Amino acid sequence: MFRSNVLVCGGTGCTSSHSDKIMERMKEEIAAQGLDKEVNVVQTGCFGLCALGPIMIVYPEGAFYSRVTVDDVPEIVSEHLLKGRIVRRLLYQETVVDEQNTKSLNETKFYEKQMRLALRNCGVINPEVIDEYIALDGYQALGTILTEKIPPQQVIQTMLDSGLRGRGGAGFPTGRKWSMAAANQADQKYVCCNADEGDPGAFMDRSILEGDPHSVIEAMTIAGYAIGATQGYIYIRAEYPIAVKRLQIAIGQAREYGLLGKNIFDSGFDFDIEIRLGAGAFVCGEETALMTSIEGKRGEPHVRPPFPALKGLFEKPTVLNNVETYANIPQIMLKGAEWFRSIGTEKSPGTKVFALGGKINNTGLVEVPMGTTLREVVEDIGGGIPGGHKFKAAQTGGPSGGCIPASLIDTPIDYDSLIAIGSMMGSGGLIVMDETTCMVDIAKFFLEFTVDESCGKCTPCRVGTRRLLEILDKITSGNGTLEDIDRLEELCYYIKENSLCGLGQTAPNPVLSTLRYFRDEYIAHVTEHRCPAGACKALTNYVIDPEKCKGCTLCARNCPVGAITGTVKNPHVIDTSKCIKCGVCQSKCKFNAIEKK
Amino acid sequence: MKSLAELKAIRDRAKAAVNVRENSEAGTRVLVGMATCGIAAGARPVLTALVDEVAKRQLPDVMVTQTGCIGICQYEPVVEVVDPDGTKTTYVKMTAEKALRVVNDHLVNHNVVKEYTIGAYQQ
Repeated sequence: MFRSNVLVCGGTGCTSSHSDKIMERMKEEIAAQGLDKEVNVVQTGCFGLCALGPIMIVYPEGAFYSRVTVDDVPEIVSEHLLKGRIVRRLLYQETVVDEQNTKSLNETKFYEKQMRLALRNCGVINPEVIDEYIALDGYQALGTILTEKIPPQQVIQTMLDSGLRGRGGAGFPTGRKWSMAAANQADQKYVCCNADEGDPGAFMDRSILEGDPHSVIEAMTIAGYAIGATQGYIYIRAEYPIAVKRLQIAIGQAREYGLLGKNIFDSGFDFDIEIRLGAGAFVCGEETALMTSIEGKRGEPHVRPPFPALKGLFEKPTVLNNVETYANIPQIMLKGAEWFRSIGTEKSPGTKVFALGGKINNTGLVEVPMGTTLREVVEDIGGGIPGGHKFKAAQTGGPSGGCIPASLIDTPIDYDSLIAIGSMMGSGGLIVMDETTCMVDIAKFFLEFTVDESCGKCTPCRVGTRRLLEILDKITSGNGTLEDIDRLEELCYYIKENSLCGLGQTAPNPVLSTLRYFRDEYIAHVTEHRCPAGACKALTNYVIDPEKCKGCTLCARNCPVGAITGTVKNPHVIDTSKCIKCGVCQSKCKFNAIEKK
Repeated sequence: MKSLAELKAIRDRAKAAVNVRENSEAGTRVLVGMATCGIAAGARPVLTALVDEVAKRQLPDVMVTQTGCIGICQYEPVVEVVDPDGTKTTYVKMTAEKALRVVNDHLVNHNVVKEYTIGAYQQ
């Protein structure tokens, strides 16, 4: 029995800032102090507060250390683990009350308003040890269903009653998907998991697989039982090596315990799961393209209907759900549909995980009940905008979504409210923007992404998105006309209506929603040749104010292209034809003499 | 895995280890003096014994933790038990054997082990 547990975050975020080395050093130091039988070092999944990584929590005290370095480790071991003196300088400042006292993590602003269902085990258990998942009621739902021989119809009914909607973005009721697949007769059916998370900035699926892979495995097995499938596939991108590795370990352990394989819980039900690695094409997150890719063919979408529930993988009835959707299911089965419905809103029960990014203090992963307002997420949980800037808009749903302007910051976040204001839930990327972000530029950024990722099968998407990008390019370089804006809008609607799959149908959304709320910015680019946010490089110039310039030569020495000339103690001048608008001069100037115009 | 009982056996075995990872603020706190003086006097086996016994008896709202020197180095190893109502009991000159009795009498049955307390020792 260990008296202390040291939980080190092993998510991708913290691993990229060397949490693996910290963990190694921790184990060495603990062994050197002879504490290895008393203190347990556990690698967990993501805690969510990625901005403060690498993160470490020491229990039973619950001391939350942030931005830990390898060099801090000996101090933590000798002071905290050996002598019980918490290393206060490393504590997350929000948890420090005064000299003597700290408060629990759940009382900090970041965690206080959160409700962790899908992420409940992330940052609590070691994802590579199945026993720890079982300790927190893991596989209890599956075991109860199989040993008490609850009929599949009843399992599906629970799903229907819970009102759980697909967390991949579109929000289709999961129970309906299951009941359609169950109703179609076939000699073989399949259960698939969509872990091909591709939206720029979204990483909730990765974090769930890294922190709690068994919850997905258990849920897929339940789905298999409900629809009568014996084989499951998890389609995950190869860019997620840690998630893939933990999934492999988890599947191996589940097979060893007989929780996957033949005759699970002595019920006569067989189910197994295989992993399929995707090469990273965004379109493979679309359900028909994903299944084509699992079949070993080129990942291209095809026309629906027939829907996967009738003819999916290998032409057999298939259920395909997203990682986060699955992560909710064991809890729903254990606690019941009523419990789930009591969380969130009437039409969108439950919680949603968001990956907070962009201009926000607490970058990271948050899970809130549906219906929480955007203001609460940005200001309370996210800790506001850094550098004294103001909130301008938030982008949800990545390249398929739209933006929510500051005037709508009190909108409750749920599927229907977001669609009503021209955005969408999407997989859960939430990118916060301040007044230095140009909305035309943001639309262009997402269009660049969809142009790259369009599979090329249908013309509206392949050619149309490229034309959209060209028009946006023209506008941001100051050569656009008012007619361009109209053509842009017209083309958007054409692409939406005529594209084959979700990628093309939603690709114009970033343009349409920025046009809806920030048309003035488009017009300023065209008529005044000015970028109101000062972000479009072609439309901004750096100018030195001769009154303020002291001739210190600092800017000239730092300019990477030698565009600044002048002699000591005399005002300097920027040659705009040479200037690449990198902004180095402005950041170096000690007299605020350089302005962006 | 053939039955729920099998699953439950694994769960019970693993639960104690995972439960430690929660803040148990409302319950009883057991503080073991682990400054240099405490360690030198043999506080570590006391701490280990306490942790093992608490886990074995599955006392979920008891938190065993270390603390620094409280200034009575001559009485180390010192163990303080803070009950949920805030009452503090100070046990001195502890050993692993005495620790087991504190768990049994004080933590489980809520009877202070008078003869181990600092008050008894000073008389």
